[in-house]
Amino acid sequence: MTVQRIVGIETEYGILQNGNPRANPMLMSSQVVTAYRAISSNARGRARWDYQDEDPLNDARGFHLPRASAHPSMLTDDPSLPAPSGNEMILAKGTRAQNLARPRVEAYDDPGAANAILTNGARLYVDHAHPEYSSPEVTTPRDAVIWDVAGERVMLEASRQLAQTMGLDLQLYKNNTDSKGSSYGTHENYLVDRDVPFSTLVAILTPFFVTRQVFTGSGRVGLGTHGQLPGFQLSQRADFIEALVGLETTMRRPIINTRDEPHTDRVRWRRLHVIIGDANLLEPTTYLKIGTTYLVLWAAERLAEHHDLAARFSALELRDPVADVSTVSRDLSCSVELELRSGKRLSAIAIQREYLGVVTELLSRAKNDDPVAEQTDDVLARWANILNALESDPMSCARQVEWVAKYRLLESMRRRSNLEWDHPKLAMMDIQWSDVRPERSLYRKLVAAGAVDTIAEESEIQSAVTHPPTDTRAYFRGEAMAHYAGSIVGASWDSVIFDVPESPNLQRIPMLDPWRGTQKHVGQLFDAHPHNPATFLQALLGQK
Amino acid sequence: MAGQEQQRPQTNEVEDDANAGAPTPPPAAAAADFEVDSLLDEIDDVLEVNAESFVKGFVQKGGQ
Repeated sequence: MTVQRIVGIETEYGILQNGNPRANPMLMSSQVVTAYRAISSNARGRARWDYQDEDPLNDARGFHLPRASAHPSMLTDDPSLPAPSGNEMILAKGTRAQNLARPRVEAYDDPGAANAILTNGARLYVDHAHPEYSSPEVTTPRDAVIWDVAGERVMLEASRQLAQTMGLDLQLYKNNTDSKGSSYGTHENYLVDRDVPFSTLVAILTPFFVTRQVFTGSGRVGLGTHGQLPGFQLSQRADFIEALVGLETTMRRPIINTRDEPHTDRVRWRRLHVIIGDANLLEPTTYLKIGTTYLVLWAAERLAEHHDLAARFSALELRDPVADVSTVSRDLSCSVELELRSGKRLSAIAIQREYLGVVTELLSRAKNDDPVAEQTDDVLARWANILNALESDPMSCARQVEWVAKYRLLESMRRRSNLEWDHPKLAMMDIQWSDVRPERSLYRKLVAAGAVDTIAEESEIQSAVTHPPTDTRAYFRGEAMAHYAGSIVGASWDSVIFDVPESPNLQRIPMLDPWRGTQKHVGQLFDAHPHNPATFLQALLGQK
Repeated sequence: MAGQEQQRPQTNEVEDDANAGAPTPPPAAAAADFEVDSLLDEIDDVLEVNAESFVKGFVQKGGQ
């Protein structure tokens, strides 16, 4: 299915209170979440996150980290809930509910763990000390862009609301580092066929992730985790990558993360949790990041039958991939050659071109029944064009590649005002580039001037702030919140828990298959029961 | 920062041959520079007043 696959992007935003650098970031993040919950249409909602199926300590390499030896930051689930039961895949007429006892008292609402399930299917919550927008599950690069940008609007609306109602001036930034040693993530989550051995994925993806920075980087002022050396580099995240493979996400961050928590049928799928990427504002950058990764994963799932192509991927193995992350990020010419295990040397662009070549060859061999052929062709064309353009002159990519757009603006300021790279004005511009307020965002200035390309229509983004994608289970989650927020006591990626007085128990609707619960499957049921969750559930569960 | 200057990529003959039919990128860079240069005054107007204290105050906790 080429560029069609379940994907979601999680983004932790930087947060700051104007004039109060000592403000508590957890409290501020909570305020953002609760402010948005108050203005979104699920204001009456009391839905908590349902942790029942979460397992952040499961390692894709086949072992499980003992809870006691996990860093507290890795415990993203809640151990107080019962173990999962049942494996119900249906989410359409005939779905079976799990009955849960109705608690006698409402659970304590921890203000430090504020959580909102949005009508667009996303989750907005506090992750460590940052507000995080986890996009709903989408299936194409274009939709990934639309619901990612919708997240910027959610953050903007929350901060406006706080200013209006509480006089609180919180500023939010879609970036990944403070250049004082801290980094916070933008994670891509792809479902990948479980039949592909994890070691094969690691082998195929490592050189890809190391080299894709040439077109996925957001650009960063300063070199080193503390920006201790002056200069500019391609990636926000590169200096915080310290390992090849690992389970951790807050320290010793790896190129390939092994958290194996698929939120779906684990026999069929694994969730590839990619933590090496940057937060992108430029829409063509997000589009190409997701689209090219889709194509490489598509190829990875088919290589068992194409030994010649598998060999071409294997030949790209890097001698020192962790060091190469930094090398590629610091090479503004995109021409430095990396040493391969074979002893050969290739530039990041040449390595990317080999990925493109293998994908193209595989596409020509595959019987093509591609429901999104137009987007597949578009991603392929953009991929080829951007590699050619980066090779002849990286600066010619300023309309599509974020680090180039940022570099061009900063370099222009640097020349005009005669600044060195360690001048605070340039560091400030780097931060303000990603301010979510359009009147402050330097990225938005470039959009307004027509100096960078966009992908999504404004009307699509506005709609995506409140409406879910129609072709994944996010549709069920989002529409359920839109219609019945007052009767939903919990939800997660793979469940929604209803509390209707007509039922003696809470009813937990499992939605383990992300391809079900779509508008096609359940749209009519929502239309037929717009305000009555009890009759909706009866119809869904086939009781009447 | 001499090390930060743009270097022209070294030409690789084999790859050039492989891309003989590919379109050359548009001569947009110069025009685009002009485009951005004309924005600098507008950008100065929206930047925080004190760059040094703003950058110092931008302290974040680590995340995932």
